[in-house]
Amino acid sequence: MAEVQGKIRRGYVRPLDLKQGRVDLTHGSGGRSMVQLISELFAKHLGNEYLGQGNDGAVLPAPTLAGRPGRIVMSTDCHVVSPLFFPGGDIGCLSVHGTVNDVAVMGATPLYLAAGFVLEEGFPLADLARIVESMAHAAKEAGVPVVTGDTKVVERGKGDGVFITTTGVGVLPDGLELGGARARPGDAVIVSGSLGDHGVAIMSRRENLSFDAPIESDTAALNGLIAAMLATGADLRCLRDPTRGGLAATLNEIAGQSGVGMMLHEKAIPLKPVVAAACEFLGLDPLYVANEGKLIAICAAADAGLVLAAMRAHPLGREAAQIGEVIADDHNFVQLTTSFGGKRIVDWLAGDQLPRIC
Amino acid sequence: MKYIDEFRDGALARNLALSIGAEVQPGRSYSFMEFCGGHTHAISRYGLSDLLPPAVRMVHGPGCPVCVLPIGRVDMAIDLALNHGVILCTYGDTLRVPASDGLSLMKAKARGGDIRMVYSTIDALQIARDNPTREVVFFAIGFETTTPPTAVAIQQADKENLPNFSVLCCHVLTPSAISNILESPEVRQWGTVPLDGFIGPAHVSTVIGSRPYEFFAEEYRKPVVIAGFEPLDVMQAILMLVRQVNQGRAEVENEFSRAVTRDGNLKAQDRVAEVFELRREFEWRGLSVVPYSALKIRRHYAAFDAERRFKLDYKSVPDNKACDCGAILRGVKRPQDCKLFGSVCTPENPIGSCMVSSEGACAAHYSYGRYKDMH
Repeated sequence: MAEVQGKIRRGYVRPLDLKQGRVDLTHGSGGRSMVQLISELFAKHLGNEYLGQGNDGAVLPAPTLAGRPGRIVMSTDCHVVSPLFFPGGDIGCLSVHGTVNDVAVMGATPLYLAAGFVLEEGFPLADLARIVESMAHAAKEAGVPVVTGDTKVVERGKGDGVFITTTGVGVLPDGLELGGARARPGDAVIVSGSLGDHGVAIMSRRENLSFDAPIESDTAALNGLIAAMLATGADLRCLRDPTRGGLAATLNEIAGQSGVGMMLHEKAIPLKPVVAAACEFLGLDPLYVANEGKLIAICAAADAGLVLAAMRAHPLGREAAQIGEVIADDHNFVQLTTSFGGKRIVDWLAGDQLPRIC
Repeated sequence: MKYIDEFRDGALARNLALSIGAEVQPGRSYSFMEFCGGHTHAISRYGLSDLLPPAVRMVHGPGCPVCVLPIGRVDMAIDLALNHGVILCTYGDTLRVPASDGLSLMKAKARGGDIRMVYSTIDALQIARDNPTREVVFFAIGFETTTPPTAVAIQQADKENLPNFSVLCCHVLTPSAISNILESPEVRQWGTVPLDGFIGPAHVSTVIGSRPYEFFAEEYRKPVVIAGFEPLDVMQAILMLVRQVNQGRAEVENEFSRAVTRDGNLKAQDRVAEVFELRREFEWRGLSVVPYSALKIRRHYAAFDAERRFKLDYKSVPDNKACDCGAILRGVKRPQDCKLFGSVCTPENPIGSCMVSSEGACAAHYSYGRYKDMH
């Protein structure tokens, strides 16, 4: 008896097998396995004083800006991406960048993130570890800790590996108003760099489409770049990150909200040759392809030079360019002068972009 | 991008526009039909009509693979997916074509149909190899451009003894469609569709060559200029057509000589002839039943014919009464002449097939050019 008792180590749990192990239903059932997954994977990589509180919610100090209370900005984003790992990133860093950017484009300083994971039974723990590490790295780089989270496991076949929802909180100084309804005729339309990199990188790895394109996703946190732009004191009207639906969807959104039109110049739109080529043979229009590390800025025309200079001085805005201007238009059309010399609309996308047959 | 940028040069386009303007004779109008949706797309996407003199009018033709696909054929594909439990493989453009009962392949997919978008017939074959216990049907649509890959897939499946692969063949033929338009009363008797010439297909002609168009030039006295799908190709072709009209010539000229020969791709033609034979008749959306205008799978490859395997019958379904797709496909009406255009019928919610593909006349005009009607 004594012999047996001596073998039992108090509180011992065999460590997670992060090489061969897989997510199973017990990891979401509220028992020891779940606690273990959280402590050995999530807390290990994402740990910080708030996450370490270990309560049902994180207690955070009231946000201030230079000692003065600011307004709270909150945003949430669900991340579902296939494949989970792609050139230049993975769903982990993407889920941090996406939400940090949504908060930052409001002009706010992103402060905290919450993360919710839906894991599919059978998902390799090694892949999950890679994703969480990548998330931790991205959060650290952006300076925004993950302060609370949740994990659920669904049966095999009822998920797609991993879904991650992140919610971000930031603080916005009084007096700073950025928004889609503030564009005025005459304003400059600026992008921070080449378009379509993320979407093409993802497509190049899709199961039925894999092609070798030396192209990486542009996924990145833009809060640093945005801080530099705000510091110029320029009259910025609106910032947006053109994710799903690309430049076209974002500009149509702003045109509608502001009740204006836009005139773009095809020649001025930065596009990597490899992205242009991939879109060409897939029959896609790069203006509709997703970005994850780019922003669109609408600013007073007089300040365009100032904003561009600040952007180009930042590593994520080196290729920033003015691509057009806001015009008066009751129909709120986004138009484009083609490099060919004609004009056309850059319309909303109807459903997904589908490749043409002929 | 090499071999692309050269054909999108704005300065050259302006020069060509000047040449066209100089050739156009005062008081004369020029109506040309671009047969292919690829040309329609290029004209809209690059804003070519802004560069052309008002005397030159482009009439959009029926050469858009998904536009001419009748409702009954899409119904057959949906039936296969929903009622026969097959994996239905389709090209992306076809997914949104409206069918009966408010369905489309996209909506059938949401109702549980296993419908997969593929980029080539090779993908469909692979899906059949990977799912030996399931029936896999490739929904084969399109003109002569997409026909050879289907032929190759059937021969490959035959060679591999792939018992679970079959093809729902809806391949159609370009020359029959052109004849049908030229024979239509609007063109022949009433003159409601003035047609002074054709821009001939680009990719289709790489397969069939330029020879098949010689008949039209001779018999109907209509000049044909085969052109590539790049905007400069189209401009150059228009210039060549204007010159032919001015000089009273009706010949087949080849602007797309970098890819098209007189005889075309003989190897591809052989494959097609080995696998397919003419259908006695086929219903086209817009052109109605056109004799000998489509292909069916030869008896030798009957095992791979989904129509035979699943005993499918074609049922003709009339288009929405208010939809003018038919007239638009024949060049009788312009998209903006249709009552539904831009109101009930939009790319998000297409009523007619011309609003589905970006090659369709309505979708191209809606997406790229409708601001011209509104200002």
